[in-house]
Amino acid sequence: MNDDLGPPGAIASAAHEAREAVVSVGSSTLRLVEEIGGMAELFVQAIVWTLRPPWRIRLLFEQLDFVGVGSIFVVGITGLFTGMVFAVQTYHAFSMFDATGLVGATVALALARELAPVFAGLMVTARVGSTMATELGSMRVTEQIDALATMAVSPLQYLVAPRVVATIVMMPVLTLLFDGVGIAGAYTVAVFGQGVSAASFLSRIRTWVDPQDIEGGLIKAAVFGLLIAIIACYKGFHARGGAKGVGRATNEAVVMASVVVLVSDYFLSVLLSPFWTLHTHGLR
Amino acid sequence: MAMIEVSGLHRSFGENHVLRGVDLAVEEGTTTVILGSSGSGKSVLMKHMIGLLTPDRGTVRVDGEEIQGLSEHGLARVRRKFGMVFQSAALFDSLNVFDNVAFPLVERGGLPRREIADRVHEKLDVVGLRGIDDRYPEEMSGGMRKRVALARALALDPKIVLYDEPTTGLDPIATEYVDEMIVSAQERVGVTSVVISHDIGSAFAIADRCAVLHEGAVVAEGTPAELRESRQPFVRRFLALWYQRR
Repeated sequence: MNDDLGPPGAIASAAHEAREAVVSVGSSTLRLVEEIGGMAELFVQAIVWTLRPPWRIRLLFEQLDFVGVGSIFVVGITGLFTGMVFAVQTYHAFSMFDATGLVGATVALALARELAPVFAGLMVTARVGSTMATELGSMRVTEQIDALATMAVSPLQYLVAPRVVATIVMMPVLTLLFDGVGIAGAYTVAVFGQGVSAASFLSRIRTWVDPQDIEGGLIKAAVFGLLIAIIACYKGFHARGGAKGVGRATNEAVVMASVVVLVSDYFLSVLLSPFWTLHTHGLR
Repeated sequence: MAMIEVSGLHRSFGENHVLRGVDLAVEEGTTTVILGSSGSGKSVLMKHMIGLLTPDRGTVRVDGEEIQGLSEHGLARVRRKFGMVFQSAALFDSLNVFDNVAFPLVERGGLPRREIADRVHEKLDVVGLRGIDDRYPEEMSGGMRKRVALARALALDPKIVLYDEPTTGLDPIATEYVDEMIVSAQERVGVTSVVISHDIGSAFAIADRCAVLHEGAVVAEGTPAELRESRQPFVRRFLALWYQRR
């Protein structure tokens, strides 16, 4: 019997490892559920504190400036090169069946619906989300957040609410910038580089791209803004353990927000597809 | 009358049962020092006094009012009675010295800018710091940061000031200076002070009463003279080690 089952020590060790694996998966799942619950609670509190006086207009404008104005360069550069490279690739593909006139419309549609909100979201995660998590994490471990509370100032109102509102407001603005710069980059490559007719490039955009396509992208961008800010603030707010803890919080915030932007993009696209499809079919 | 009254306070963090039934009364207008070794739960106890932490069991009463179960608004009202000096000073690193000290005054509202500036300079004078309005926390020594933190804690003329390890990491001269500040704040405006420390010399220099926290409970309480005569085993060991190292 023992030969079939192996030595008792080996069985006990395998059982122990299996148990450890189950415990590890279980505790990770519990932690994730707890974090999602905590983030939902933070979101509700951020909304409540945004609506309660005193309204912290100066802090909101500081964050609007940081999130929006401060991200113009990085989002602009990303948008420009995304539009350019997408034009190069679609030109090559469409030239195979003599449809290069569709380059502009294809690039514009892809930018408006998917690329601009997602790439702007990833850039904002990298630049803004990491900073928010680091700032709040550093304030947490140096007791500055506790100090705010002892002075009867709500840290949620003072620190979290302006960041969340500013990111929700500025993400659609940055996405619009991404759209515009991306189309300009695609125009430059297609018209000046590949010889596509300017009239064809622009008229196809007018024909194929509708305001609803852009609106859908902006809705996505606002949702991404909310998710990025909540994740970054939550991770920073709950940082523990000195510099190492702040580094871990920042790392987790950036990774989680990036993944959440990409995953939620799929679900938002599915949700928005009737809106886009209905409109397209209604017109044509 | 007890300004702060802690009864049967229990608090755990996961498996770690930090406070195991703390009872303590802090009389109005006195300086009470809570002594104990590192990890004995002193900071946790202090954070309960100001409502930064919620107990698992037990109560904290501040100025006759039980703070558990208070709304956010009620808790804010109670916290306005406090000033707190944190172990790390906890100055806002995005603000300069002036703005740090002015912060509680600006947040309370209702004061003209001129009066805020006068109050800030008055408090900075009290802690012996002049002409450093524009400096940022990272440009100052640990001792200076602690003094700015004290000025900020005193800005609203609170009834109670909590000091979390105010002399940790300071040289002997800065330690003596901070001790003098604590005594002078109590003598001049009759503020109730609670100091947590593991520095027995400093504690005996400033305390009206001391409480010794060990394994999550107050094991001895009394004046510094009474504590020196204590027969409690932990207190005797704690004091003996301190005398040996002097």
